[in-house]
Amino acid sequence: MELDLSTKTKITWCPGCPNSQILVSFRKAVKELVENGSLKIENVTAFAGIGCHGKISDYINVNSFTSLHGRLIPSMTGTKCANPELTVIGFSGDGDSFDEGIEHLIHAAKRNSDINLFVHDNQTFALTTGQFDAMSPKGFKGKSTPSGSIEEPFNSLLLMLSAGATFIARTYAGDIEGTKKIMQKAIAHKGFSFVDIIQPCLTFFDTRDHFKERIYWMDDDFPKDDLKIAMEKVSEKEDKVPLGVFFEVNKPTFEEELYATR
Amino acid sequence: MLKDSNSDIFTIGVGGAAGDGVKRTGIKIGSLLRDLGFQVYISLDYPSLIRGGHNFVRLSFSKEKVWNDYSDLDILVALNEETTELHKNELKTDAKTISGLPLPEILENIKNILKEKEIEGGEPSGELIDGNKAFGKGLLAAGLDFYVAYPMTPSTSTLHYLAGEQKPGGLKVVQPENEISVINMALGMAYAGKRTAIGTAGGGFALMQEAFSLSGMAELPLVVMVSQRQAPASGVPTYSSQSDLRFVIHAGHGEFPRIVIAPGDSEESFQAGIDALNLAWKFQVPVVVLLDKILSEHMMTVPIDMNLGHKESGKMANNVNADYGRYEFTEDGISPMAFPGIPNAVVKVNSYEHNEKGITVDKAEDIKKMIDKRFTKMKGIGEDMHNIETIKVYGDKESKNSIIFFGSTKSPVLEASKHLNKDTKLIQIIWLEPFDTEKVKRELEGAEKIICVEANHNGQLASLIHERTGIEITEKILRYDALPFDPIKLAEEINSKL
Repeated sequence: MELDLSTKTKITWCPGCPNSQILVSFRKAVKELVENGSLKIENVTAFAGIGCHGKISDYINVNSFTSLHGRLIPSMTGTKCANPELTVIGFSGDGDSFDEGIEHLIHAAKRNSDINLFVHDNQTFALTTGQFDAMSPKGFKGKSTPSGSIEEPFNSLLLMLSAGATFIARTYAGDIEGTKKIMQKAIAHKGFSFVDIIQPCLTFFDTRDHFKERIYWMDDDFPKDDLKIAMEKVSEKEDKVPLGVFFEVNKPTFEEELYATR
Repeated sequence: MLKDSNSDIFTIGVGGAAGDGVKRTGIKIGSLLRDLGFQVYISLDYPSLIRGGHNFVRLSFSKEKVWNDYSDLDILVALNEETTELHKNELKTDAKTISGLPLPEILENIKNILKEKEIEGGEPSGELIDGNKAFGKGLLAAGLDFYVAYPMTPSTSTLHYLAGEQKPGGLKVVQPENEISVINMALGMAYAGKRTAIGTAGGGFALMQEAFSLSGMAELPLVVMVSQRQAPASGVPTYSSQSDLRFVIHAGHGEFPRIVIAPGDSEESFQAGIDALNLAWKFQVPVVVLLDKILSEHMMTVPIDMNLGHKESGKMANNVNADYGRYEFTEDGISPMAFPGIPNAVVKVNSYEHNEKGITVDKAEDIKKMIDKRFTKMKGIGEDMHNIETIKVYGDKESKNSIIFFGSTKSPVLEASKHLNKDTKLIQIIWLEPFDTEKVKRELEGAEKIICVEANHNGQLASLIHERTGIEITEKILRYDALPFDPIKLAEEINSKL
């Protein structure tokens, strides 16, 4: 029987929202992995936070845990501890993981929990109708910052590198094939995988033109096992936005250590 | 004034600076007394610091059950000079003082004093144990898979005890970055089918509120131990209180079924560990076990029988197919559980209101149906309550004088009752939520005098009884200076009201 990962739930994202492209990338990524035998569909366990991204769990016919705002990461680690056989994938937003739940994000990277976090990064709070968040550029004019936000955003990849994440990548939602491949690489990686998915918000922060001119895929031979090189690469001040895998190293995972030491 | 030199109850005080090994010495003496066939109660008094300060441990013991320690001392063990000075007014006329001796000699001295005074024990029985450890043992006896906690006094010793009980293929203990992570991690474990408990104090539980509500919404079984300390805010960390009763019974935003059990001593704490885990899984609800600093840390000789443990797994889904819905409507409101990893099962849990499949809904009809489904479980919980000791009655069960209390206040009340001038009925409320209105009403009907004893400012138990039974309690003995009730002083106060 053909694997169908869709549900009957009506999709309520804005028309044309890149969230739908992330959804398609995910379904394709999982379908291929299941069909080539590298993943059991019953082991795929998806988590979502709260925000526009969070609706995704209603649209995928796999196990899912729709968490609270910013709190999916500890639940993901809990599930992975409880059953290390599961493939734990979290969908989060930039507000979800870099504002409300940032302590969990940093600690999950620190403890190298074997979970995968895909951040739908639209650089704004969208579901609450457009306020600045931790990833909005300085000067962002939102409903709570009519004269422009006065804070600099995080460099999310640099933050994750310094926190100890063992897989770090960035992709662009509009590139469905590219996003699919990055998702598959993240899932294949053993340890904490962080994927920043640039997802322009068509309603509150339409950055499509900005990013289309600036994104490029890094060469496959980019050295991925060197923290210093990765840190330099994600800190580049150029106006270009590199996509691809910046860093991937193997370290014992939290769950392996939990079961090994006792 | 009443005298506490009850001819057959003896008291030893051990004092010294923090870091002198006061607690260790006290427990060693307690173990010796237990082995000599005495029933022992040990209280601990220490400030929130690591070195210096004055720590004091007091042991009251007798051949018969001792519910609480007394303040007048038969023996004072001084581990520093200050102790003799600080406690000189608590010595009985023929009291002995042991000072400047190492532990083995202290124990030898105590044995000799007991021999001189011809104080003999009976058959050694029971385990000398505090409420936190007993609770942890109860959890283990009910098949605990995971314990998750962030350190916070006075809940931390359960974390320490269970951390030492980890085994390959058995219990695992995790200490995450904060209390919010603790409870959300535990919910992830429950989602994947593991029996999980968490522990904290009032402040930590305050941080957990949103996820506590998620546990109710997503029907994820969870046990939360909350040990109260003097509050609000950081309060007085190493001193006790019963001021979180209202907080825990109303915890979490929104309405959902939950159970709150308040054991009164180490034995009941053990039983609460067993019951809480089984009830959480049977009814797929959050269960709070409410302790306090006194119950958490004071030790008592009680029977702990791990064979009393049993594991109720709850309602499991058989032959799962593509139609499986985690929130399937059933007559008793309890949906069969399946977990991720089971072929054909798609298990969806959701913090948003949801349908039987766990998909988000916002239609009025769907919302009401799911709320009704969750509250249908109250019927089954109510039926179980008939067979559970939701309250306990001691003393003269026919008396028109009633004393009512909950939690660790059981200890001083039961001990004080040995010194009362009139016969009284003693009523302990163990289940705070759901409140057993029927049983409490039955016990209080016809009472001429009701005195409520609790360790808070507002008389929270008295107000709860009024709310749930219509019976107004005007006589209250409230202590909120963070110190334990003294059984003799409490008896005097009760006598003045009888």
